[in-house]
Amino acid sequence: MSILVDRNTRVLCQGITGGHGSFHSKHCLEYGTQLVGGVTPGKGGQLWDSGLPNKPKLPVFDTVAEAVRKTGANATMLFVPAERGAADAIMEAADAGVALIVAITEGIPVLDMASVMRFLRQTNSRLIGPNCPGVITPGQCKIGIMPGHIHTPGPVGVVSRSGTLTYEAVWQLSNLGLGQSTCVGIGGDPVAGTSFVDVLRLFQDDPKTEAILMMGEIGGTAEEQAAAFIKAHVKKPVAAFIAGRTAPPGRRMGHAGAIISGGSGAADDKIAALRAAGIAVADSPADLGVTIQNVLASGGWGTRASGSAPGRRTGSGTQPGG
Amino acid sequence: MKIHEYQAKELLAAEGAAIPRGVVANAVAQAQRAFDDFGGKPVVLKAQVHAGGRGKGHFKDSGKTFGGVKYVTTREDVGTVAEVMFNYPLVTKQTGDQGQRVSKVLVQVAADIEREIYLGMVLDRTLGVPVMMACAEGGVEIEEVAARAPEKILKAAVEPSAGLQPFQSRRLAYELGFKGGQVPAAEKIMHALSKVFLGKDCSLAEVNPLVVTPGGEVLALDAKMNFDDNALFRHPDVRAMRDEAEEDPGELRAARANLNFIRLSGNIGCLVNGAGLAMSTMDIIKYHGGEPANFLDVGGGVTAEGAIEAFRIILQDAKVKSILVNIFGGIAKCDLIAEALVKAGREVGFKVPVVVRLEGTNVDKAREILASVRGELPMIQTAANLTEAAQKAVAAVR
Repeated sequence: MSILVDRNTRVLCQGITGGHGSFHSKHCLEYGTQLVGGVTPGKGGQLWDSGLPNKPKLPVFDTVAEAVRKTGANATMLFVPAERGAADAIMEAADAGVALIVAITEGIPVLDMASVMRFLRQTNSRLIGPNCPGVITPGQCKIGIMPGHIHTPGPVGVVSRSGTLTYEAVWQLSNLGLGQSTCVGIGGDPVAGTSFVDVLRLFQDDPKTEAILMMGEIGGTAEEQAAAFIKAHVKKPVAAFIAGRTAPPGRRMGHAGAIISGGSGAADDKIAALRAAGIAVADSPADLGVTIQNVLASGGWGTRASGSAPGRRTGSGTQPGG
Repeated sequence: MKIHEYQAKELLAAEGAAIPRGVVANAVAQAQRAFDDFGGKPVVLKAQVHAGGRGKGHFKDSGKTFGGVKYVTTREDVGTVAEVMFNYPLVTKQTGDQGQRVSKVLVQVAADIEREIYLGMVLDRTLGVPVMMACAEGGVEIEEVAARAPEKILKAAVEPSAGLQPFQSRRLAYELGFKGGQVPAAEKIMHALSKVFLGKDCSLAEVNPLVVTPGGEVLALDAKMNFDDNALFRHPDVRAMRDEAEEDPGELRAARANLNFIRLSGNIGCLVNGAGLAMSTMDIIKYHGGEPANFLDVGGGVTAEGAIEAFRIILQDAKVKSILVNIFGGIAKCDLIAEALVKAGREVGFKVPVVVRLEGTNVDKAREILASVRGELPMIQTAANLTEAAQKAVAAVR
């Protein structure tokens, strides 16, 4: 098992005829994802050719509703640019009954996302992102822009607000022989479809996920909420890293959501909350893999179950000042 | 994106908010003329800078002690104070020691103040909608109140498509203790704030303070607005308010090249792909005892042109003594990045050590490329992993 996506997931690409949509659709197909069609208004009836041998050309539809009706798709990967109706495209997918909407698009205005989230509440769809690398269940299904080949199937669930930092973590895990059950990029925007808590709940309920690696960053309080949730509900070992300890307050660090403002969102507060919940927090981004390895080696339950003092430092093999 | 106080007030006034009479002056004579036009009544001269803390700031090397907001009563004083404001950089807790040049001064009729109120609007990230916040303690730092006495901050969550509802503004106005005719006057300012916030895609909008005069008049005495950069594409009027003189030249240049760059105070430059990895790279430099000179995310699909421009921007900063390049090649292949590095080295010339850590797709080819230019570009050092890269970059500045 895994969470969110597997080999049976039937995937559409909204924006399949655009540069990014076409490029990444090809890589998803190559990975083995069941990509079943695309949507580009005005290009319905065309066939999209990945150029891959042994892969059929895929139908392009004008609307998501028609695409779902004709392909039986239950997930969509969205590349529609922000200024060309990405928010509208998310709502269209939800209205068409697509269960999982993965929005890769960066730069959607935050007020548009506020409206989208209100709309989604009246549907049964789950949105991942926007401004995220996507979701991958190694060896089964890749929906997104992550490099597929660095992933290996295994027991570690990965959830993160960042793209390349997740690749870094997955790379470290795979090199240590620790595969991944599913990796979820929840995105770097201030209003996101899926939170850390949502994904942690799914990992907790997934029998194939034995440990969880969570990567947060400055801005907002999602990590503090995750810490409280883990303490109360997660019975699996969790390791974490928070990016942006050196980020100055009031500046947006690349991601729209990565900003310390109004006295909240600082990395040290998040790290303190996670450690107080007994979660092993890596001090160095070079130690993401070994931190989870140590947590697994120490009996798997970390400081939360052993009852020792919370906030114990784990995982760091290197010392500062070298 | 940020705008000036006078611009924020113009946006509020356009939606019906009452603001004090004021004129923006670009020169001393203009400030004095404004004083005359207001009939010689006392005025407040307000230096227009984006940086916060201007009231408690000072004008560097001016020999004067006043800050960026000064109450004056005579034509002569308007002249002396404006002279200082236009000619000496204003130093506040947010500008750094070099201060910020002032090119515009708002000359505003001084209001007598009976009460000060805080009014603001911001995205509540947990609720996922904007909230209007109000506090009977105005003119103070709202963060400070939030930390000390959060119960004193009144809130109303605003549905973006519906806007602030009359019952919400009415409740806030009564809870803030407004009386009689002040109630609709205060509500008018609240609705103006909400309309500007929602209509122009603000990320923050504040009226601090909103004041009541002894005559019972309710005015937006000061205003501050930041905008969602992701929504600027649909607001040409807001884009036109941009004051590039307020921004770091390196950051402006980077923005034009689609690079995310933020200048910091350290001496180790960073060039990274991806925002999370870029922050983490700054963190690991600090962890090993160094100080990052910048945040720089060249994006997932880094190109040779982007990398070269990024090096130019980093190397413009004379305090940079080494550079750490940390690229995780996913979609972007490491060999292409190594080639871009070599090209950048040839074009820009590396005068400080450049420690390179590449990982991911085609990394072996990339290492061959870098090894082949060892003689030609001796400043390039390679590192086998992230820890080694950070240690080498830190060692290079010692």
